[in-house]
Amino acid sequence: MERQNEMLERVIIKFAGDSGDGMQLTGTQFTNTAALFGNDLSTFPDFPAEIRAPQGTLAGVSGYQLHFGSVEIYTPGDHCDVLVVMNAAALKANLGNLRRGGTIIANTDGFDPKNLRLAGIPEGHNALEDGSLSNYRLIKMDVSKMTRAALADSGLGVKEIDRAKNMFVLGFLYWMYNRPMDHTEKFLKEKFGKKEDILAANLSVLKAGYNFGDTSEEFTTRYSIGPAKLPPGTYRNIMGNQAVALGLIAASQKSGLRLFYGTYPITPASDILHELSRHKNFGVKTFQAEDEIAAICSSIGASFGGSLGVTASSGPGIALKAEAMGLAIMLELPLVIINVQRGGPSTGLPTKTEQSDLMQAFYGRNGEAPMPIVAAATPSDCFTMVYEACRIAVASMSPVMLLTDGYIANGAEPWQYPKSADLPEIKVEFAKSPNSDGKFLPYKRDEKLSRPWAIPGTKGLEHRIGGIEKQHETGNISYEPANHEFMVHMREAKVEKIADYIPDIVPEVGTAKGKLLVLGWGSTFGSIKSAVLKARAAGYDVSHAHVRYIKPFPKNLGELLYAFDHVLIPEMNNGQLIRIIRDKYLIPAIALNKIQGLPFSSEEIYTKIEEILK
Amino acid sequence: METNTASPEKYTAKDLVTDQEVRWCPGCGDYSILKQAQTVIPDLGIPKENIVFISGIGCSSRFPYYMETYGMHSIHGRAAAFTSGLKATRPELSLWMVTGDGDGLSIGGNHTIHILRRNFDVNILLFNNEIYGLTKGQYSPTSEAGKVTKSTPMGSVDHPFNPLALCLGAGGTFIARSMDRDPKHLQNILRRAHAHKGTSLVEIYQNCNVFNDGAFEVFTDKGSKKNETLFMEHGKPLVFGESSEKGIKLDGFTPIIVELGNDVSADDCWIHDEKDRVKSGILTRFFDNPSTPGHLPRPFGVFFIEDRPCYEDGMQKQVDEMTAKRGPGDLDALLKGKETWTVN
Repeated sequence: MERQNEMLERVIIKFAGDSGDGMQLTGTQFTNTAALFGNDLSTFPDFPAEIRAPQGTLAGVSGYQLHFGSVEIYTPGDHCDVLVVMNAAALKANLGNLRRGGTIIANTDGFDPKNLRLAGIPEGHNALEDGSLSNYRLIKMDVSKMTRAALADSGLGVKEIDRAKNMFVLGFLYWMYNRPMDHTEKFLKEKFGKKEDILAANLSVLKAGYNFGDTSEEFTTRYSIGPAKLPPGTYRNIMGNQAVALGLIAASQKSGLRLFYGTYPITPASDILHELSRHKNFGVKTFQAEDEIAAICSSIGASFGGSLGVTASSGPGIALKAEAMGLAIMLELPLVIINVQRGGPSTGLPTKTEQSDLMQAFYGRNGEAPMPIVAAATPSDCFTMVYEACRIAVASMSPVMLLTDGYIANGAEPWQYPKSADLPEIKVEFAKSPNSDGKFLPYKRDEKLSRPWAIPGTKGLEHRIGGIEKQHETGNISYEPANHEFMVHMREAKVEKIADYIPDIVPEVGTAKGKLLVLGWGSTFGSIKSAVLKARAAGYDVSHAHVRYIKPFPKNLGELLYAFDHVLIPEMNNGQLIRIIRDKYLIPAIALNKIQGLPFSSEEIYTKIEEILK
Repeated sequence: METNTASPEKYTAKDLVTDQEVRWCPGCGDYSILKQAQTVIPDLGIPKENIVFISGIGCSSRFPYYMETYGMHSIHGRAAAFTSGLKATRPELSLWMVTGDGDGLSIGGNHTIHILRRNFDVNILLFNNEIYGLTKGQYSPTSEAGKVTKSTPMGSVDHPFNPLALCLGAGGTFIARSMDRDPKHLQNILRRAHAHKGTSLVEIYQNCNVFNDGAFEVFTDKGSKKNETLFMEHGKPLVFGESSEKGIKLDGFTPIIVELGNDVSADDCWIHDEKDRVKSGILTRFFDNPSTPGHLPRPFGVFFIEDRPCYEDGMQKQVDEMTAKRGPGDLDALLKGKETWTVN
């Protein structure tokens, strides 16, 4: 059959189905295949909090959005071009996000009366039949029927057969987008190697989906998206939480410190634990503690002993760790705390993203308790910034918090991974001998204002540390009024001194002065960059800078801010960085806030830029 | 991690005294416990620099400041968690955790049960004075029901914990009780706690002479001690009394007091077996209020010992196994991952 082949620059596909339909797997497989082909990409998994929410309902819809192209991609995309829906609820939940004229690939089996009822759709209003989707291209296929037909002779039960449905859809999309299936075939062999019948079933359904596209006369066009012109180099695909785990191992290896990761499972941070626990041959010790408090306290115990103590959580867990962070600030021991932020307050929106814990990181402890804060901008940036957190923690003998969020933690992008030899040095020197006339002063400071790290087992350096205020240098308990004020200032000065050994901020896009600076932090990076590039192309004088070091700020941040007429700060919260910026630099920065558990679309930021500059 | 493995330099109790002024109230039972620890430790053969004392918050938790070893005075209730993290990463260190009935059984109760089930090889000294001292006299989770304190002017309505029954139930592998006013016994129990590989839980009855004076007097006073206490020794019959004239027997699962004499000899009594979990459980339930008629004496000594693998060893074993299987981690291979592509 004669078919057209259309070249496209970029495509946004959203896979949506019931949480048991395997949409995350389907999305990940398509993503990895696109990555290996050389596309640039960005992804956004969006799943329900319940493991198996009631089947067929809106609450149970699980989605995975993938934006890939032959051009540079910075976000998972605003509106999708192709919406794959396994049931009526998935269509209802996602139709608003499909661009006009976009394609719907619908599994008709998921639109039977039962599924329609579960999705809360009144009788006689099946969108696949009533013409209401006439603004879109609708491709209907009975995935269940065709999957069952493909496996009629497999000897498997209906339940097992139906579990392979997602492979049919994946095979069909591979056909539609001219993709090889070998990566997924290899993946299935690794996953089901020992279960031969399941492996055979998945492979044959994958092929059936592909062949369905190839033989059905309904489909006259296939699409090709060439490889992206990324900077030359070797790439891999990486997700944010995975990048955090790799960054921690890298910091451990480069510093020579053993990694101890004390944590308690919490969405969306648990994948860091899962990843680290697979790499024990790097000497990594992972400890699933009895609660969030024990998680951080065990890590502080490990740091006292000379390990790189690390803990991670999300908002509510971070709240529980606050007292121990205060102790770590007093003990002046290195510690890395990772907050994979999610919607709050309280339990909030566990599987949704938000940037609303910045104030908590800044101020969320009793007393004057300054703590360095860094934030990652993209999935692969999680590697860089957790590595930086470790470097700063060791250099300043202080707990350091890394902020990421659910969006970049679970999102994926291509990563030009570094060589270990090119990673910055992390210098560690344990104290070996007395430092003051034959005596050891545990709080005597160096040029960075950091105290010595003397670990148990070191002869002659026996000393006691604790949370009670200490006398300068000796570390002995002291209630002396002037000493307390002195020590409060000293700890603050030590943290501010970190500005001497972090890089200056440079604009990501645009110039170092002009009319408008869009200042971002964290996962808004892609949306801001896309919007600013588009606005500059439209002739607007706008630049983008992104703060990765938040406490202390880079030394030149003030200078950069003062060089612009206006500063716009988009945040997925009710305005947190903006308060700190206004407080510190006294500028009338403009806020753009979104608190929906969803990332910004670049359109939303573009519209605001236009509004300011028009 | 470099530690001293050569035969340790000799040191004495004096060498374990710090230059810090001890700030417990005059007459506090803590002084005796500190003294016994400083007396026992030099003979254990541990290099001084390998000893770490970790505490939470409370009167007892000031302990590390007075020991010339490594030490950490942490936050309220969490000493067990700091101890766990340190032991997990530095198994060669000798860890001593100091806590109290408020710190370890109230705010830190959760960590206490979890360190016991994990069985890190550490020693826990649980100072039980049945009162909150540092906050000036509120009732604690071990205070008796009806206790009148500042926070309970009409008497406490709380039912108290039985600390050792709790710790045994949590899977503790060394459960013992001693007291501040019996230095020799306490020294002996500390030695045994150290010798046990696993979490050693020692409850120490400690008199708070300011807020709860005399709470344990019936067990320490010369006039009543012999009738009210039962000193257990492995393989020996459970006998007590002014002239060891009374013994304990089991009637089914019910312990009864018997008068030794013509019909019953000490050998007919319950022979203490530290390895017997069921019988040790019964002994921890010897918890009657001494004012109850016909009550059982309060046991002191080692209730229970079990050999069970320690958490830190299991953790290290997994590191070793994976390293043997895959070889030491190759960072470049890890960063590269399984699949890559090249852009020219």
